[in-house]
Amino acid sequence: MNVGAARTIRRPRPEWPWHLGVAGAVLLWGLLYHLLGPLAERLSGQVPVNRHSHAGEALAFFFYDVPKVMLLLTLIVFAMGVVRSYFSPEKTRALLSGKREGAGNVLSAGLGIFTPFCSCSAVPLFIGFVSAGVPLGVTFSFLIAAPMVNEVALVLLFGLVGWQVALAYLAFGLGIAILAGVVIGKLRLEGWLQDWVREIHSGAAAPGGVAGKRLSMADRYRHGIEAVREIFGKVWLWIVLGIGLGAVIHGYVPEDLMVRIMGADAWWSVPAAVILGIPMYTNAAGVIPIVEALLGKGAALGTVLAFMMSVIALSLPEMIILRQVLTLRLIAVFIGVVASGILAVGFLFNVLF
Amino acid sequence: MKTVKVYGPGCKRCETTAAMVREAAAKLGIEVDVEKVTDPRSIAMAGVMSTPGVSVNGKLVHSGGLPDAGRLEGWLSESS
Repeated sequence: MNVGAARTIRRPRPEWPWHLGVAGAVLLWGLLYHLLGPLAERLSGQVPVNRHSHAGEALAFFFYDVPKVMLLLTLIVFAMGVVRSYFSPEKTRALLSGKREGAGNVLSAGLGIFTPFCSCSAVPLFIGFVSAGVPLGVTFSFLIAAPMVNEVALVLLFGLVGWQVALAYLAFGLGIAILAGVVIGKLRLEGWLQDWVREIHSGAAAPGGVAGKRLSMADRYRHGIEAVREIFGKVWLWIVLGIGLGAVIHGYVPEDLMVRIMGADAWWSVPAAVILGIPMYTNAAGVIPIVEALLGKGAALGTVLAFMMSVIALSLPEMIILRQVLTLRLIAVFIGVVASGILAVGFLFNVLF
Repeated sequence: MKTVKVYGPGCKRCETTAAMVREAAAKLGIEVDVEKVTDPRSIAMAGVMSTPGVSVNGKLVHSGGLPDAGRLEGWLSESS
């Protein structure tokens, strides 16, 4: 019985094993990342294919890029999982409610990166924001930034294309989210919400949320591990498929073909990329390896970025979910405004680079 | 008899959460009535902003992500 009594008094467990474990894992990670290049060379050397043939290059790409991306994803997704445990939709809502448009849009887009978000709770989140007095435009800034600027997209861009492009994606993704939110706010479209949402909006007090619980550092690490498990459960197949397809494009698609259809001279390629991206729905992981390979074959950066943003930010399934709270007219405006922003980014990049 | 509501539009994690609630209740020997709330309006009105959310006897105890199994047992045994 003594054991049972002792167990009810819960002493806080020491946290140093966690810190030690995380530090050890990070060290191991660094070692693996460092060894990756030589290891990949040796592996692709084992396959009896000429290193400089199409197939050889495709294989090297596959042996090197898949593990590299997986490693990068593990580290960053874990870190973001820990960081996100400091944020919650409730806290974000409290920060945003009553904020004026403009500054509110900037804050909202920024918080969109760090607040845990899944498109399956887009509707309750939308209502939670709007009913607490977060302006519609500010809410949209959040809803655009949250899926578009995510760490999976940024890590893959960084790992496969380069930090400059990753940074550009971050900056322009945020820019589109902020501006589109400002425009939607200026249009005063509150009347275009579904009736029942408007009723909540124009009166009833915001429903309360769960009282915040204090998390220990170990809890936060657990959040990070959970995030890694979830991301890998969801995206690993896409990554492998995407990189495989990317490798095929890398090795076999003739260079001038891509330059002709996706090069900077073909002005119509940017709108075509945006339109193509809307019905396509995959997470960032599936699309980016293809993006890298297309870029390698002379497709213009702006066109490729526009395609990517459209695939990630404008997805048909999410529109169908949002249809429960927005009227069709408002969805059309939403798509129109965001698509214009993406178009502008695409053209701008094609002119600048 | 406790009324547990699981809020969520029917994604996989919501199903898992409901199963976890049943499992925890069976383990503790508590009788529960698990109700899944999928209507977005009701989810929002309950104050759930990220799904799945869980309420026990009308009190919201969790929202966002899978609940921790240990905590879940705590919530179930707490308010008796």
